[in-house]
Amino acid sequence: MDLDLTDEQEAVRAALREFFQKESPPAVVRDAEPLGFDAALWRKVVELGLASMAVPEDRGGGGAGLVELAVAAEVLGRSLAPVPLIEAAVANNLLASLPGDAVPEPLVSAAVTGELLATPALRPVEGDAARLVPAGAVADLVVALQDDRLVLVRTAGEPVPAVPNLGAMPVADRRVDPAEAIVLATGPAALALHRRAVHHWQLLTGAALVGLASAALDLGRDYALERRAFGVPVAGFQTVQHRMADNATAIEGARLLAYEAAWAHDVDLAKAGTLATMSFLFAGETAFTTASDALHVHGGYGYTLEYDIQLYFRRAKAWPLVAGDRRAAYAELPRRLYDETAATA
Amino acid sequence: MDFWESDRLAAHRDAARAWADANVRPEWVEEQQDGGCHQTMALHELLARDGILAAGWPPEYGGSDVDPGFARAVFEEIARRDLHVDGWSTTYMVMHTITHVGTEAQKRRYIPAALRGELLVALGYSEPDSGSDVAAAKTTAVRDGDAWVLNGQKMFTSTAQVCSHVFVLARTNPEAPKHRGLSMFLVPTDAAGYERRPIRTLGGQVTNATFYTGVRVPGSALVGEADAGWSVMRVALTYERGVGGPGTIEKPAMAANLAAWAREARRPDGTSVLDDPLVAERIGRIAVDKEVTRLLGHWVEWDAAKGGVPGIQGTMRKLFFTEAAQRHYSDALDILGAAGILAPGAPGAPAGGKFEYDFRAAVVSTIYGGASEILRDVIAERHLGLPRNRPRR
Repeated sequence: MDLDLTDEQEAVRAALREFFQKESPPAVVRDAEPLGFDAALWRKVVELGLASMAVPEDRGGGGAGLVELAVAAEVLGRSLAPVPLIEAAVANNLLASLPGDAVPEPLVSAAVTGELLATPALRPVEGDAARLVPAGAVADLVVALQDDRLVLVRTAGEPVPAVPNLGAMPVADRRVDPAEAIVLATGPAALALHRRAVHHWQLLTGAALVGLASAALDLGRDYALERRAFGVPVAGFQTVQHRMADNATAIEGARLLAYEAAWAHDVDLAKAGTLATMSFLFAGETAFTTASDALHVHGGYGYTLEYDIQLYFRRAKAWPLVAGDRRAAYAELPRRLYDETAATA
Repeated sequence: MDFWESDRLAAHRDAARAWADANVRPEWVEEQQDGGCHQTMALHELLARDGILAAGWPPEYGGSDVDPGFARAVFEEIARRDLHVDGWSTTYMVMHTITHVGTEAQKRRYIPAALRGELLVALGYSEPDSGSDVAAAKTTAVRDGDAWVLNGQKMFTSTAQVCSHVFVLARTNPEAPKHRGLSMFLVPTDAAGYERRPIRTLGGQVTNATFYTGVRVPGSALVGEADAGWSVMRVALTYERGVGGPGTIEKPAMAANLAAWAREARRPDGTSVLDDPLVAERIGRIAVDKEVTRLLGHWVEWDAAKGGVPGIQGTMRKLFFTEAAQRHYSDALDILGAAGILAPGAPGAPAGGKFEYDFRAAVVSTIYGGASEILRDVIAERHLGLPRNRPRR
């Protein structure tokens, strides 16, 4: 057992934390709304090689693992950086994991180098469209599951309109025309690839939500230490403290679970996918409860757009919800965990 | 970064199971449930005989060469069979406290005896008028030549029925500020002036009130410096809140057991109860909380292995684990439906009434070893840097 990041990973964390603090302060997050995408910041993220960090080196990536990506996702979450790093990383990992003849090589290398932005559709295509695809409003390539085929569609012509939403996220519905789609895989292989991509997205979004929760807790604490009521700092009241103590405890648990899920993927554990879902669920609840409590402690100011806590509150709800109702995912867990025959990959 | 910890014990699990099969008698579980004492001396003697109590301790204090991983796997196996070893848990904490603050003579006298299973220590912290505010203790110890004379009463002196000693927190300097006039004593339960009365509890456990009327102990019974009892207590508390002692072993199988029951149980229409999403969702939540609890436990151990004095990690783990456990048992009873009310011994009780029994017992977990409110105060102050909200004295 070793629950610490390596020195190298710690160095990456420190560097990225500094990068996002500098490049993605609240003003940048606000300016990127309502679309939720900052093209200049995205170029910088691509130049750092973050979106292809976990792509094998022989396919042009950084050869890192999901633990390293989780580190990046956590610091991204802290600053709410308006860039689809998680989506691009997941799609790039998937594209680069395919055999050479499954997809035209120029498309893969364009995605890996960041020339084109790729994203996964989390839910299977309904009719002829993938609904509310994360980063769908800014992505050039969408990987989607249509029946038992995994397909790649490319944006042609007009940009896809974003859909106004709670989290100011660049989500969009994407049309999937079977005639124009490139088939990446079919049958069980297609399902397995898609499931794996969803698990990667869940564990990285979970890590981002841990960062979000931890920053929201800091905002609430700092405000409560400053604000006075009845002649004393609000932070001295036990009801305020106890909410924060519960939040802090849940955050430590959520962080451990996020990194366990990332590690489980890197060492290819059979239960890695289930752990990804578990970490995603727990981080989502932790982030929402924490951001909600931190907003509440701001009193009336928490309800105003002026204070930054609302940026965190909205995303804490919206980021995980893109994957659907969490209670349905909880309900699937017992079979996934305890049925011998259940697919756990 | 790696999370392989659980596999280290896996190597010992078969041997631990074999040890338990050969030595643990099923009727002990009923004895504990009926009699209410969470310590079985017949089991304790076997643990001592085979060097399991002594695993991991230095040889000069009676340590054995039994692998501590095997010992821990045995305690897990015992817990899995629903047997408590609470008297050993408290003894383990006190012996660790003695390694930190005791004299060499005390280490040589007490630790080997405890590892041989001859010395068992109950905790005497709480009093009728003080629980979470433990430093408000009114029991007094007055110096008389080389000896000390104790007077007062302790509450919830659990397993004192079978203990040879009580680790008593007493006021030695009434003039000093609250936290600076306390001392800790190892008081033999066969001393003149010591008396015990049983207290029955909601969880079936029978704990005790213990009375000290002119109890005379030698100077060597003082653990740590006189009037420095508070810092001794704090060492002991860190062991109580989860540093890998036997008392920190929890039963991870609860969600799996509940799922197993629900898979076999049928609704009137013949469908499996586990296929009801209302049921499956709650079991899924329990499974996630259990995983988080397991990881927080590893976090405590990892920090201890790096040489840190366990602090905030153990506090967070205890808070999360106990609060979650109460939700889990409440949910478990709801999931069982009307049959959830059936107690052990009732015909048709699911899992032999185990969930009903555990539901009642879980009530105390957020109270002992630092009530949740105290733990949240500690996290707020030490982890989040928020102002202290309790009066200082």
